[in-house]
Amino acid sequence: MSATPKISIRDLHKRFGPKVVLNGLDLDVAPGESVVIIGGSGTGKSVLLKCVLGLLRPERGSIEIDGQSVVGLRGAARDQVLKKFGMLFQAAALFDSLSVWENVAFGLIAGEGMAREEAHTIAIEKLRRVGLGLEVAALEPAELSGGMKKRVGLARAIATEPEIIFFDEPTTGLDPIMGDIINHLIVECVRDLGATTITITHDMASARTIADRVAMLHQGRIVWSGPVAEIDRSGNDHVDQFIHGRAEGPIRMEV
Amino acid sequence: MNPLAIIGRASLGFLTTFGQLCIFCGAALSHCVAPPFYLRLVGRQIVAIGYYSLPVVGLTALFTGAVLALQIFIGSSRFNAESAVATIVVIGITRELGPVLAGLMVGGRVGAAMAAELGTMRVTEQIDALVTLQTNPFKYLVAPRLIAATLTMPLLVLVADVIGVFGAYMIGVHRLNFNAASYLANTFEFLETQDVVSGLVKAAVFGFIIALMGCYHGFNSSGGAQGVGRATTNAVVSSLILILVANYFITESFFSR
Repeated sequence: MSATPKISIRDLHKRFGPKVVLNGLDLDVAPGESVVIIGGSGTGKSVLLKCVLGLLRPERGSIEIDGQSVVGLRGAARDQVLKKFGMLFQAAALFDSLSVWENVAFGLIAGEGMAREEAHTIAIEKLRRVGLGLEVAALEPAELSGGMKKRVGLARAIATEPEIIFFDEPTTGLDPIMGDIINHLIVECVRDLGATTITITHDMASARTIADRVAMLHQGRIVWSGPVAEIDRSGNDHVDQFIHGRAEGPIRMEV
Repeated sequence: MNPLAIIGRASLGFLTTFGQLCIFCGAALSHCVAPPFYLRLVGRQIVAIGYYSLPVVGLTALFTGAVLALQIFIGSSRFNAESAVATIVVIGITRELGPVLAGLMVGGRVGAAMAAELGTMRVTEQIDALVTLQTNPFKYLVAPRLIAATLTMPLLVLVADVIGVFGAYMIGVHRLNFNAASYLANTFEFLETQDVVSGLVKAAVFGFIIALMGCYHGFNSSGGAQGVGRATTNAVVSSLILILVANYFITESFFSR
């Protein structure tokens, strides 16, 4: 790992009322590294990403991007940091009122002030990059299948060529074949951009395809972190239970 | 349960909501006057609020004017003041019924639509996506709706005034047998600029209230489809109540001049 991590999180705490979600979480992500965070439902994986993006404000702890503290940033300073980010949301979060190409070009037009014609050209190229043709560009998001929405979401996430990309459960709701296609698209796009990524997922096939390193989140902390190749011999009971999908073990699900 | 605790909890809840609404309103207003301005979105909202509300507002105004003429005729004939029908109708419509009924109809139609749209965007993470694309949701979603509703409502009410007076004229002339020329003369003879202006001021305030409530409740919705439904209901109910409350205070301020 290089001297300055791309993302550095220290002692992060976040709670909603009495429910403690993040409880002193520490995580470093090196430039160009792909970290996959695994963990049960409701363990705070999405909350972690939202804290980094400034969508939620943590009660305590620090988050640094390229050595710059980002907690509590507002206005132009926050926009400057957000320029480094792209995000693929769990359900793609495409804007219903815009066509597919306008969704992909949104960050270029609204965020960077690019002319619509130029942004259209880039959007078509990004759609092609994720395997979607010109005929899809003019469609509305409501006309797309789940897999196509994920592809459009991926195209939107990479359209501004961000330095950091977050993937929130990129294969949820997809069949295994489409899930694998999305996984490989993510790997290819990230490799082309040289981006640093954090992916959160329950899907171990996805984690094994995308990750350089896997981190296990449990009770608001990272309880294990290591190279993806070592996940099957982690020696951590939480990781073993999770990757084998066993009901019995140290992780107790609230039912 | 302790009744004081219930009252205290309700008071705290009210004050919390009121504080949040004030902060939301301040943030929204600041984004209305600071660039960048999304004029394309303002235009789209003007069409959605103004143009598509014309049929419902027009029909409401037409029949309200007609009913008003009939009722005032019945009342005024009891003391031989039938000639006042046209004057009372036009004052009633321009000062009160035009803006209030248009506000209530647009509040139901547009306020609900805004809350549902923004609520759905909230629960499907589209608002979060806006932020990650370096776009301020207040500037992109809230400000255009506030500007458009505040500008469009006076125009809608102006149209409603004309249609309402026309509805009353039709009843007055064809049902109550007033002379057409004298009815029109009575309509305009005692009409003052302030009658129309006070109605248009009300309309602008009502438009602002409708958009503010629609955006506030939609923006802060949570909990999936049920949360969006709750936000929509709250937006409509709160905007209708606030319209009636604001109507009294604006009327009072014009009345005391």
